[in-house]
Amino acid sequence: MRIGILYSRIRKDEKLLLGELRDRGHEVEKIDVRKERFGLESTTADVDDLDIVVDRCLSTSRSLYATKFLDSYGVPVINSPETGDVCADKAKNSLALAAADIPTPATEVAFTKDAALEAIESFGYPCVLKPVTGSWGRLMAKIDSRNAAEAILEHKETLGHYEHKVFYVQEFVDKPGRDVRVLAVDGEPIAAMTRSSDHWLTNAAKGGETKSFDLDERATELVERASEAVGGGMLGVDLMEVGVEADADPAEIGGPGEYTVHEVNHTVEFKALDSATEVDVPARVVDWLEAKAVELADGGVSEVDA
Amino acid sequence: MPIRGRVSATMTSDTDTLTAEDPITGEEIEIPADVEVGEIIDSPVTGTELEVISLDPVVLEEAPELEEDWGE
Repeated sequence: MRIGILYSRIRKDEKLLLGELRDRGHEVEKIDVRKERFGLESTTADVDDLDIVVDRCLSTSRSLYATKFLDSYGVPVINSPETGDVCADKAKNSLALAAADIPTPATEVAFTKDAALEAIESFGYPCVLKPVTGSWGRLMAKIDSRNAAEAILEHKETLGHYEHKVFYVQEFVDKPGRDVRVLAVDGEPIAAMTRSSDHWLTNAAKGGETKSFDLDERATELVERASEAVGGGMLGVDLMEVGVEADADPAEIGGPGEYTVHEVNHTVEFKALDSATEVDVPARVVDWLEAKAVELADGGVSEVDA
Repeated sequence: MPIRGRVSATMTSDTDTLTAEDPITGEEIEIPADVEVGEIIDSPVTGTELEVISLDPVVLEEAPELEEDWGE
């Protein structure tokens, strides 16, 4: 197959993916979106005869536009721009999960400092303030008091970008020192791990300790439904366990539990999952990409006319 | 304008490495031979993130700063 990779930075994740694709004899077309132009009918990128394109853009804005343009040319792209649009924005993400009746943390969005303060006070302390776009736990604030809330809101108002004036306020979920990251393809889990930390942020990017996790039936069901809620594709579904004591020993937490799904990521990183689990993650991803390319071709995707 | 360093690729005789010029210090550094264009490596001299701009010749450049919309 001829497979395109949209990128602007080759991380270890992309390196693993490229290695697996080449080992299987696929022709890989690396498309550095920083160097290309995207017109209404064609692009400078060499997308002719690509069986599928995988969006691995590090920049969310580039990811959303590049996939939208490729989709408009009839190039099969993973993930779809529709999925990207929902996942890239935490408010849209929350709405999609809630619309599918998937347990997700209570959330309010406000557009002014005063309205945001009302939202925060209604949640009580602590609660969480997040940017609507962004990742890796950046600019996330756990707010413990009204004084802290006033200071953080004032700072956000002066940050400049209009998105910082979209105040995304969320209940604080007292998770047991860890959350769960699942890599899933069209709702089917490939691998799962916990991310543990003494800090309230447990992201692997923040130094959270990772460990393989066996999904129970409830978690598997929620991953499948969360994937469907955002339009499917190759996704990182993040869950938190609820109803578990915050200071419980993670090693002793087992059996069927209840979860809340706080986020679904559309350009999911998987190097930590590949290291933390016994699963050959890039191999499983490429298995799915190969099948997906065939499925999309059989579905009558139009010829590339770029 | 990012700082750029360039040197002809040289495969060392007994290891899978290439030599290249560190764009920050100008020193010759070794990088893995299997690097990809677009890959980010840490300078062994300064720890600075460097982007592989090309492989023939090997050209390294100071990597872009983290931007707000980067992530997954």
